[in-house]
Order: sequence, then C-alpha cells, then structure tokens
Amino acid sequence: MSKTLDRVDAVIVGGGWTGSVIGKELAAAGHRVVMLERGEPRWPSPDFQAPTVHDELRYTRRHALHQNTATETFTFRNNTSQTALPMRRWQFAYPGTHLGGSGNHWSGAYYRFDPTDFKLRSHYERRYGKGIFAADLTAQDWPLSYDELEPYYDRFDYLIGASGYAGNLKGKVQPGGNPFEPWRSRPYPNPPMKVAHASALFGEAAAKLGYHPYIQPSALSTRPYVNTEGLPMSACVYCGFCSNFGCEHFAKASPQVCILPAAMKLDTFALRTGAQVLRVELDKDRKLARGVTYVDGSGQEFFQPADMVFLCAFSVHNVRLLLLSGIGKPYDPATGQGVVGRNYTHQTTSGVNLFFDERTHINPFMGAGAAAVTIDDFSADNFDHGPLGFVGGGYIQIQVVSGAPIGYHPTPKGTPAWGSEWKKAVRRYYNHSASITITGSAMPTRGGYLSLDPTYRDAWGQPLLRITYDLPDNDIKLSAFLTAKGDQIGKAMRGVVATEPGPRKRPFTATSYQSTHLNGGAAMGSDPSNSVVNRFGQCWDVPNVFVTGACLFPQNSNYNPTGTVGATAYWIVDAVKRDYVKAPGKLIT
Amino acid sequence: MTKPFTPMRRTLLKALGAGLPAGAAATGLVGDSALAAPPGPASAAAANPGGVSHFFNARERITVDAIVSRLIPNDELGPGAREAGVTDFLDRQLAGAWGGGDHFYRHGPFQAGTPEQGYQLALTPAQAFRTGLAAIDEVSAKRHGGKPFSQLQPREQDALLTALEKGEIELGTLPGKVFFQMLLDGTMEGFFGDPIHGGNRNMAGWKLVGFPGVYASYSNDIERHGVAYVRPPMSIAMARAAGHGTMHGAGHGGSHASSPAKGASAPKGGRP
Repeated sequence: MSKTLDRVDAVIVGGGWTGSVIGKELAAAGHRVVMLERGEPRWPSPDFQAPTVHDELRYTRRHALHQNTATETFTFRNNTSQTALPMRRWQFAYPGTHLGGSGNHWSGAYYRFDPTDFKLRSHYERRYGKGIFAADLTAQDWPLSYDELEPYYDRFDYLIGASGYAGNLKGKVQPGGNPFEPWRSRPYPNPPMKVAHASALFGEAAAKLGYHPYIQPSALSTRPYVNTEGLPMSACVYCGFCSNFGCEHFAKASPQVCILPAAMKLDTFALRTGAQVLRVELDKDRKLARGVTYVDGSGQEFFQPADMVFLCAFSVHNVRLLLLSGIGKPYDPATGQGVVGRNYTHQTTSGVNLFFDERTHINPFMGAGAAAVTIDDFSADNFDHGPLGFVGGGYIQIQVVSGAPIGYHPTPKGTPAWGSEWKKAVRRYYNHSASITITGSAMPTRGGYLSLDPTYRDAWGQPLLRITYDLPDNDIKLSAFLTAKGDQIGKAMRGVVATEPGPRKRPFTATSYQSTHLNGGAAMGSDPSNSVVNRFGQCWDVPNVFVTGACLFPQNSNYNPTGTVGATAYWIVDAVKRDYVKAPGKLIT
Repeated sequence: MTKPFTPMRRTLLKALGAGLPAGAAATGLVGDSALAAPPGPASAAAANPGGVSHFFNARERITVDAIVSRLIPNDELGPGAREAGVTDFLDRQLAGAWGGGDHFYRHGPFQAGTPEQGYQLALTPAQAFRTGLAAIDEVSAKRHGGKPFSQLQPREQDALLTALEKGEIELGTLPGKVFFQMLLDGTMEGFFGDPIHGGNRNMAGWKLVGFPGVYASYSNDIERHGVAYVRPPMSIAMARAAGHGTMHGAGHGGSHASSPAKGASAPKGGRP
C-alpha cells in the first residue's frame, strides 16, 4: 500500500550535479523541494577520509562508489539482430551511486563544448556540403547556442572553483592560453594545475610539431577558494587518488563540496536518501505529472506529490525513467519514429602507450584526475575535414591520473602476462611509461538507441535499460586519424623508445572502459519529432517534467560532459524560476 | 627461477606449522609449494593465523599457492605472489562480499553471448574458484599420472597454465581462459593492493615497481621533472599508525595547514 506524502513544489530525482544545482536554486527562491537519492549519504567528512579512502581495491576494483550491478545494470547488444545480455559487472563505464553520484567519483576534467557542437549539422553542411554526413548519421543541431549558454558556463565555473588559464577572454585570444578555446566572459577563478613530467614532455613535443599545447582546465581547485555558495575548497595535493575516489581534501569539486551544504541549510530543502524512484506518476490525461513513486529500504512505497518533477539521475537513467513512466514516444529504429531513447552515444576514446628509456622518470603516482596537457588542434572543426570524410574531432593529451598499480603496471606488447619475464618487464617499465589519451566525439546513428529490455529486470522488478550501440564508420575513421596524430606526437617526445597506438575498433565492446560519458536518449531540440524535450529541458508531452544531464545531448562533443551538464542545469532552472512558475503546466516559449 | 628454500628454513617452518594445512602432509599432497614462505614479522600471522582459511579447503589452498607461485614467481627480483600473501588475499576476498557476488548481476536467463557482451556465466567468483581449482587438479592428474597441479615440475605447471591462458582447456562449465583471467586478475589485485586486504605482504608488490604507496602529497614534487622519487612505500595502516587521517571537520577550508601528508614524504633521491 503506497503512502501519500505531503505535496511539495518540486521533487528532484537524484542527488548529483544537476539535482543539486536545481534543488538549491529553487529552494533558495522559496519553493519547497524534496531531493530523492537512491544511494547513501556520503560526505567528505567522515566518509572520504585519508588514509583509508586511498584504497584502490575497494574504490576502483570493487566499485565502492559505482552503481551496484547486482541490483541494477544495463543490457547490451551491438545491433537489433542480437539478443541483449546484461552487463553483469561494470567494465565499459562507471555510473555512480550515492550522494553526489558520478559527480563525486569523477576525475574533474573540465571543458566547455565548442560553439560548433551546438550547431553541428548546420555548421558542417554549410562548410563542407551535405555529403559530409554519412547517410546513417542522425546528428542534429542543439536548440540553443554557445553564446546563450556562456553565462551559465561562467556560473558553473565559479561554483566549482575551476582552474585554468583563459585562452579567449570576450573574443580576445590570450597569449599563453588555448587559442582554440571558445570565448569566455571571465578568467577561470583559479590558476591552472601543476604539470606532471609526462604531460610536460607531451607539451614540448606537441609545440615542436607546431601544435598548441595548454594545461587542461580542471574542476580540482588549485588554491584555497570560497565558492559562490560561500563554501570553502582547498588546493589539490596531487595525491593520485582522484578518479573513482571521493576527495578528502575538499579540492575536487563535487555536489557535496560545492553546493549541497548550502542547500541543506535552507528550510525549504529536504534530502531523502535510500529512495529508489520507480516512476513518474501522470494524471489521467497523461498531460501533467502528479509526482513520483519511490520505495525505501523496507519495501514501503511512497507517492510524493509535486507540482514539478526534475529528472536528475545519471544521464541515461533519466531516459529509463521516461520509458518506465510512459512519457514521450519510445524510439523505434525500424521506422525511425519516436524519440525517447533516440541518438544514444558514448565517447570515441583511444590511446597511445609510450615506453621511455630508463633515464626518464615519469613518477606516475604524482597526479590528479584532471592534471594534463592537451592540444585542441584536432578538436571540433579546428581542422579541415574536407578531405577526411568524417565529422567531429578529439583532443589529444597526456593526463597523469594515478600510479595505483593494480590498474597501472604497463608492459610493452609481446611481454608475457605472468612469470619472471613479466616481473622483469613490469619493474623495468613502471616508472618509464605513460599514455597519450584521445577523447573523440561520438555521432549518433539510426540503429543506436536506448529502450527497455524485454527480459532482464532490476531488484525492484522493473525492466533494465537496454543499450543497442555500435561505432559508426564516421567514428572509426575519426579514431584512426586522431590516434595517428597522437602517435606522431609520442614519437617526437624526448625519452620515448616505443609507441603503441590503439585506435578504437569495431565492434563496440562492453568489456573495456571507454569513459562514463553516456549521452543522448532524451535529446533537447526545437522539434518534437526529433527531440524529447524543448530548449529548457521540458518534456514536450508533459510540461511539468524537466530532464537534465548528458541525456539531453543530441550527439556527443569531443569534450567531457560535466561543464555542459552543469551549465544546462543552471540554464533550465533559470527559465523555471523566471518563466515557468508564472505559467505552470505550460511549455516555456 | 624459484629460489629453493634452505633446509633450515623448512625445518623451522614445519616446526611452526606455518602454511601447513592440517593433515595435508599425511595425504601426500604437500609439495614444496605447500610450504608458505615465512610471513613478514607480524602481518602474516594476523592475515592468516595458524594457516586457517576462510574459504579455501586444504587442497584448494595448496593448489592456489602453487598457481600464484608460477604467475608471480619468487625470484632474484624479490618475493613472488605466494610470499606476498596472495593466497590469503584471495581466501579473504572469496569468503567476502565480492566472492559471494556483490556487484555481480546474477539473474537469468544465462546464455552465451558475443565476446563484446562479456562474462555471462551464472558462477559467482567463489563458485568459479571452487569449480576451477578442482578442475585444474583433475586435468593435471589426467595428464601427469595422477599428480595434482602442486606436485608438477615448474615447467609442467607453466605449460598447463599456458594452455589454460590460450583457451586450450575447458574446466567443465567454466572456460579455462575465463578462469585463468580470474586467477591472474586476483593475483594482481593481491600483489599490488594495499596490505590491509591480506596480500602485498611487506609491500612486496609496491617495492618491485617503485610505487611509494597510498599516502602522500606531491604538491612540492610533481614539477621536479625527471627526478626519481625514492622513498620507502607507505601503506594505509602505516599512515594511520603515523597519525595521519585526522578528520577534516567543519571549517576545514580556512587553513591549508591541515594538508594531511605533511611529513609523509621523506628523502628523495635525485638522479636526473
């Protein structure tokens, strides 16, 4: 028997970045807000304290902050002729759980999307002609522009204490910065990160080849900083326990460091953890949401009535909630009709492993999730795509994240995987290796989509989300091109004795990690026939349901998503506060 | 090559009963590999008091000792996986949440998929080890005149492991290649993980590669490019014992004096 709770103005599903931004903004404006988080409450103090948090086995190998696949996972297949099977444990990505979500265990690489990302189809067609897009690509323009989003990027920068050196201030290219950076209205609030040895060697070689290396912008604070919520952050100490870990230093930006403590002080804001949301409840015309149903740890079901529902779970989980709630027409790849689940993409990542002579000490353990030197010469449309036959781009970098040796003990190809020969090699190369990381865009296709699995269910008896995905030719060509460029830089680096380029190959596999950047499925658009929500994240069919996160991206940029996830959250909540509450239940125009 | 134990060491070990499963000697299953290397001073006794297992039976323990001794051998570069306590590590992991299937989606129907769909067996890690270890001894006995894996010569052991690795042996319901990867992954985790989990005894894995451990601030070192960073490694327990890990409380951000690694980084050697 479901218990009905007191009505609130807004219910927020998920305690990550977008829910925290939106929840705090609405609560501060006097709206009553309830945030429902399925995981546990986790705070830097006392949960992420050193030295115990520096446990690679627990946090990386045993997934302490990752969604538990025992209760909920995805099913996967490459195409509709196959039967999707469950990902029985995580390998391809690490979706988060617990307070802060993936925004807690992330690495902090912090980028904005390129202006051309927002006008992807029209920009490329104008510059190269319609033929630049292969027939199977369903890439499309966003319904908003970089210029419109810039003030919201800026706001998120100052919330999270971003560090970096501006490459373009109000249209003026800054000496020493990234010349390809989109314009920004203000400098980064904090100076760029320190540079590890391997990153410096990369930068030196890239510059020698005529490219434009710069220090990667980061969501790790580089000095004491009090953010726009009055919350303090500390300087990163480059301890090397960042990606997959909570940060005990209050240096890595996360919802629990940067915003939730401010929200929790408001009488209008309430957080409930251990609350697994099952679905959004609609009225009988299915035109408006009444609230959400969730279940607690005892199995008790609750109905939380609300005037507004914000889906702020991890990217594609929002798509699953839409499908489970019957909001929007599910996408059908056979006909190309329907929208929910359409245009799912991942990230086209690849790398080049580098091995150095024994005089070159890399010290891979001195690093941070976002400590890197990057080039954008092959990002977005910063180079001529005409002769290349693909769209999109990628950045190339050396990022020194962690030397924790369960995961990091590289040996050259041909080395046995065990035995005394392996032992010799692992000792020889541990401090004399690095890898070039390539982060490429991902284009959606007609056959790549999200849907509910017909067979496999979660612990609450609900269908799992099914991912049907393979890499299009476009992205295979992109990866080959970028990886060859990376290899060229690797070969030019001082001390390198061997390079091993590893371009991404088909078929896409669920068995190797390729980033936790899962995108699309609830595309933002200007036309209900090819998008799920309007430019303010409002469901076309149910205007009091708002969707947030990377599921809004019609295709993936080559840049990491969190900057754009945060900026769009501010953009959406601003429109809600400014316009929606004056005419509730209507689409904002 | 495996470094032979000195007779004196053997005698001492026998006297202490270290690593000898009860009754193992009487069953004739004890080869060299059943003699656990001398534990590090106190840690080993704590990790495996009196050779008591949480998960492995006596026969499994001997087989695991023998396997991990070949995967990471004790040689001139230092202790191998067995000496580093990897058997104890695996024993604890398999008895615990991971072994029982935490973070493992275990709902049917179970069916073989494409390689891209990954592991699709119904076996938890604990079940896979039970099945796989027994099957390895069976295969060994069939091929080598009744001898279990632990009694084979090192080169015979290596040949059998190589055949598993290449997928040339099936272990009943468990593909040999899949189980080999589980053994290798578990061995790496035990050899390189923090010693609080029972492996990496005396930080042997970290010393092998030069990983300085889990606890440091590199603010002042990260831009000293090309300088070899040399310091004895520090584990979680050592950092705790040294008084690190005081909780950051409210108002932490006011001062950076609390940077917890103060004093943790000791002498560095510098050669360019």
